[in-house]
Formats: sequence, structure tokens, C-alpha cells
Amino acid sequence: MTLTEALYYSLGAAGLFGFLSVVVLVLTYAERKVLARIQQRLGPMRVGFFGTLQPFADAIKLMTKEDILPSWADRPVYWVAPVAVFLPAIMIWVTIPMARDLVLRNLDLGLFYISAISVLSVMGLLMAGWGSANKYAMLGGIRAAGQLISYEIPFIMAILAVAMLVQSLNLITIVDGQNNFGNALIQPLGLFIFVAAALAELGRTPFDIHHAESEVVGGPFVEYSGAHWAVFFLAEYMNTFTVAALTVLLFFGGWRWPAMPLDGAANSALSLAWFLAKTAVVIWVIFWIRATYPRLRIDQLMSFGWKLLVPLSFINIVITAIVLFYGWPLWSLTVMSLLLLGGTFYLIVKNPGTRMERHTVTVHEIRATGSKPIADQPQG
Amino acid sequence: MQIEEQPTDQANALDLLINMGPQHPSTHGVFRLVIWVDGERIVRAEPHIGYLHRGAEKLCEDQQYSQVITMFDRLDYISNLNSELAFCVAVEKLMGVEVPERAEYIRVILCELNRIANHMLFYGVFGLDAGAMTPVLYGFRERENIQSLFESVTGARMMHNYFRVGGVNADLPEDFGSRLTALISQLKRAIEECDELLSQNEMFLARTKGIGVLDADEAISLGVTGPALRASGVLEDVRVSEPYSIYDRFDFGIPTGTIGDCWDRYYVRVEEMRQSLRIIDQAVAQMETGEIQARMRRIARPPKGEVYARTESPRGDLAVFLVSDGSDKPYRVKVRAPSFANLQALLPMLRDAFIADAVVVLGSTDIVLGEVDR
Repeated sequence: MTLTEALYYSLGAAGLFGFLSVVVLVLTYAERKVLARIQQRLGPMRVGFFGTLQPFADAIKLMTKEDILPSWADRPVYWVAPVAVFLPAIMIWVTIPMARDLVLRNLDLGLFYISAISVLSVMGLLMAGWGSANKYAMLGGIRAAGQLISYEIPFIMAILAVAMLVQSLNLITIVDGQNNFGNALIQPLGLFIFVAAALAELGRTPFDIHHAESEVVGGPFVEYSGAHWAVFFLAEYMNTFTVAALTVLLFFGGWRWPAMPLDGAANSALSLAWFLAKTAVVIWVIFWIRATYPRLRIDQLMSFGWKLLVPLSFINIVITAIVLFYGWPLWSLTVMSLLLLGGTFYLIVKNPGTRMERHTVTVHEIRATGSKPIADQPQG
Repeated sequence: MQIEEQPTDQANALDLLINMGPQHPSTHGVFRLVIWVDGERIVRAEPHIGYLHRGAEKLCEDQQYSQVITMFDRLDYISNLNSELAFCVAVEKLMGVEVPERAEYIRVILCELNRIANHMLFYGVFGLDAGAMTPVLYGFRERENIQSLFESVTGARMMHNYFRVGGVNADLPEDFGSRLTALISQLKRAIEECDELLSQNEMFLARTKGIGVLDADEAISLGVTGPALRASGVLEDVRVSEPYSIYDRFDFGIPTGTIGDCWDRYYVRVEEMRQSLRIIDQAVAQMETGEIQARMRRIARPPKGEVYARTESPRGDLAVFLVSDGSDKPYRVKVRAPSFANLQALLPMLRDAFIADAVVVLGSTDIVLGEVDR
């Protein structure tokens, strides 16, 4: 490696880190504002214009807070855990392009690299759960391990189907392959599987089981405070951004679809803006889901993953393979995907609850019968 | 990690003991639920109460009757007016006081508003227990509106001290009618909005349907009352079966559930809010001007004797047993707290539950620890 290359990569990595940190700051502010809007309140308003400086105030607060070490904690494990969660989150970004030339290192096995690295964060969560010497943390850590490993399968399978379609694992090639229309149009089923699995990987509502406030009080993070907690936080929002970016790259044509006009630097700038705009929409949907859905239970999460998403992801691969092998037109894949997706939603809607009929007995009816209501019991 | 030793034969030594409470985000006050879990499944549960015991019943014996009302405010601190009413009804029953019409209507309107406020709080917190964060803000928004109306009437948002033996403390403010009309139309909209947001949500149904089932026989034998009993399909409401105040003048519905799961307990309360609005509508239409306080001695001295008066608080059958020795202070005040009785049903409801279910089941019983511990 020459000196210039070394300089390029270290500057690039520093730039990437800086960019992602800014993104996280923006995301924390955006999430609070979006949730506030949905919940009919204002959100942060005091620090800066419309609360825009709130993320900085939060950052300063977290950095200056005391880092508490529980006396029973497994010290090395406890201190290393945040780093073990944070490192994979940032390492993924080595190969994620934000525009045609805006990537630190364009790997030919980019998707493979991403799916390999993204699994690693489980270890950090498990370490945090174990190291904290706290039962809630331990439960949360184990929940996280079960959840993340289960959902890794549909996650990777959904990615694989896209890779089959484009015949490449290189993200830039994948984006170029979606010049005319995004993969979302060809594989709506794949998109559904990917987004559901990704939400579970992120641990966001409705899959925020491992740090469920009302059950395990924050899960693996319950004992952390100050800067170490901030690192977890940073990784979490970075992962949210990663997932949104991957969704856009794999299914919504990245910076293409439609391709930006002009060329050279102007084109790159436009592409970047277009890419970020699409990502912002996906992130907004993630926030929206958080504001409206309750949390699933761990067994329901597992059955959703293993009984629904895993088979569906295999079917998705099979139909993609059939269409590609026999050279059928791509719209036939769309039709099959949509049919499967429709069937899935029908199953989901039909399954857990039927609409309940209401039993409201009016006082008139009771007075007409003349008896004390409790006498004619039980009914229904 | 330390693994606690098992004191019972039901569970084995490797089960993990977890404390839910008294400092836990989901326990609705200072309630401690000790659970032993095998993985995620609860094998044994043990509720501990008493963290909020203030000796309220004993304290009542040292207060004049008008002062006791402030103690009742602090029993069920979510639906204060309903608690106040229970005591006032008991004393009036013992003294044989005829409460003026207007005072009765004021009481009913405020109590039903308080019922809605209570159920709105339940709605929000129950959503939070199930992991949805928006309902709590919707619920609190409505509760806040109701409380600001209470403030204009009673001078306080929560600890009102407004009802008196034989009437109420003061007449309604002049703008009460217009504010109430605005509030009712707002509430009608809000209840539908809340219903739409959560009731038929697939994930909410998955979390609550078939969870914590309490059948009717068990519910009756455990002394469960109120919405929790009606959710099990039992048609019982003190307002109808043993009408107090002027509840026999209104036409309203009593919602019941079918199987007594968490969803039924939830939905009975949502439906009750609508029925409360119906009562308020009728009460407003029937109310006339007039006296607000019965003519009686300033310091109430009920005759020697004892009385048991039942009322329907938002949580169930709130009854007061009162013994008077003829002085200006009660000899004994015993509160039959619905939360306390409903809490007994927690263990049967937790059979074969998961940790996450424990939170939802506890939320669906809608207890207030101020009333449980007294």
C-alpha cells in the first residue's frame, strides 16, 4: 500500500465517520420530531431554532455523564460490548455506495461482506447482557441473540434473490441493473421480507423485544450510562440508516431510477441528493411504524420469522430461479410475488383476531326482566 | 449472574427469579411482582403489596366526616371523585339525608367524566404495556382536558375535595355548560380516534386476545368486580343492580366481554367511555337549578349505627363500611377496594404466561396501588 493510498483510506474513513455521526445527530432530531408530530405534540423546541441544537445538547450531556460500572459486572466484557456493537455498524459502510463514485471501497463481494459483518453485532449485545450482571440485561441479551440470528436467514435470503436477479454481489452493479425500474417492482415479496427482517435486525418496533421498556427495562443497555450508552445509541441509529440505505440500493434503484442528468461532479451531487431523499423516506416509514404499532411477544416474533418469513424467503428464491432459468419475462415474477404477498397478508390479517362483536346490554333490558343482573349468570 | 434458590416444589432450582417492581416501568405504581421464569415462560408468580400502605382507614377514625373526604381523594388517585362519592353516599345513607337534585346531577356528571378520564389513562397505559407508545399521549391529552374542566369546578386537578356530605362544596361555574358541551363533542371524537388507533390493530390483538383468560365462575369466586368482571361475561354493575345516587334515572348500556381475556377487559372499558358520555348527555338535559347542599348541621354527626354502601367506581365495586358511635368522627371506616379484589385474580390469569404477558395482564386489571394498599 502506497502512502497516497493509506492517506486516501484513512481520510476516507475519517470522513465517513464524520458523515455518519452527523447523520445520527440528524436522525435523533428527526425521530423525535416525527414522533412528536404523530403524537400531537411539539417535540424538542427549546435548544436552538425549533430545537435543532437538541442533538448536540444530548451529546454533551451523554459525554459528561458518569460512566457507571456495576460492582458485579464482568469488567472487560462490559467495557468492550459497546465497541463490539459499534464496530460492525460502521464497518458495513466501507462498501455501501452513496453515489456512483462515492464509496470508500467498492467490493465485488459487497453484499456478502455486508451480510457477514451485520451478524457480528449480536455478539456485542450478548456481551452487554452478560457483562452487566443484571437479570433484565441478561434476558434482553438472550432475546437479542435469538431474534437477530433467526432473522438473519430471511434477511440474507432476500438479499440473495436480488443478487440472483442482477447476477452480481457488487452494490454498484446492482444499482446499475435497476436503471429503468427498481427491484421493488419485480420483487415486492422480497422487499417485504427484507424490510420485516431488517426491522427485526434493528430491534425497532414492532420487534423491539430485546430492549422492551415495559418488560426488560431497556434490555442489554440497562446498566450503561454516559459515553458507553451513547456508543450503543450511535450504533443503533447508524444501523437504521444502513438498513434504509440498503433498502434503497437493493430495491429502489439507489441513485438511479430515474438516472440523474448532467455528468461529472454535478451528476454525483444530484445522485447523492436523490439517494439521501429516498433513504429519508424509508427512514420516515420506519419511524412511522414505531409510532403506530405495539410490540410483538418473543414467541410470536419467532413464529413470524421461522414459520412465515423463512419459508417465504425460500419460495422467493425459488420463483426467482424459475423465472431466470426459463427466461420468462420479469413481470411474471412480479405477478407471482404479488400473489404470494397478498396471500401472506391475508394469512396475517385472518390469523390472530377476528373482529369482536360487542355485547352492550342496555339498562332498559335489565329493568324489564326485573331481576338482579348477577342472578342470570354466566353468559357469553 | 446469581441464580436464586427455589422455595417451592413447583419450580426447579434453575428457574430465574425476576423482580417486576417496585421499581419497574410497567408496574403501575409501587407493586412488586416476583416471577420465576423458565426461559421466557413464567412458572411461578408472587405478588407483593403494601409498599403504599399509609393506614388510611385508621387515619379516617381521627378525622371529622368532612375531613375524611380528603382521605378518600387519595385512595384511588386516578378517579378521585368516584372515591369521594362512595364515602358521601355511605354517610348520607346512615344519616338519611336527602341530597338536593342539582347536587346529585353535578355528582353524576363529574363522576362519569372521571370515569372517562380514568379509562383514558388506562387506555394509554395499556397501550404502553403492549409496547405502543402513541396511545398514552392520546389518552393523556383527553384526560388533561377533563381535568382542566374539573379544575374550573373544584379548584384542583386531582385532589378535588369537592363532594360534601349532603351535597357538593360549591355550585358550578357560569361557563361550565359551554365548556362541558365542547368537551363532550371533543371526547366523542377522541374515543372513536383511540378506538381506531389500537383496538383492531393486528399486533395488539395478537398480544391481548386469549391472554390472561379469567372465566366467569372464577371471576365471581375471586370477588372480581367492575370492568374486569363484565369482561368475563358477567352482567353486573352496581349502578344498575343496586342503584345509588340517581343512576336509576338514566338509560345506558353495560358492555360485557365474552371470554374474559385482556382484549375483552380493554374493550369493555373503551365501550364504557361511550356509555358514560350517554349518561352525561342525559344528566345535562335533565339538570335544573336549585340547592346544592342539603339543610343539615354544619358538622355531620350520624346517629349510632353502621352502614354498608356500594358504588360503582371505574375499577369496580367500591364499597364503604362505616360504623358511627354518634360523634363527629367515624368509629370505623372499612373500604372494600375493587383494585385489591381484582388483584387476587392476577395469579389465575398468569397461568402459562410469558414475561411479556405478565405486563399486559397486570395492565389489564387496571389497579391503583393507592387503593390496594390504603
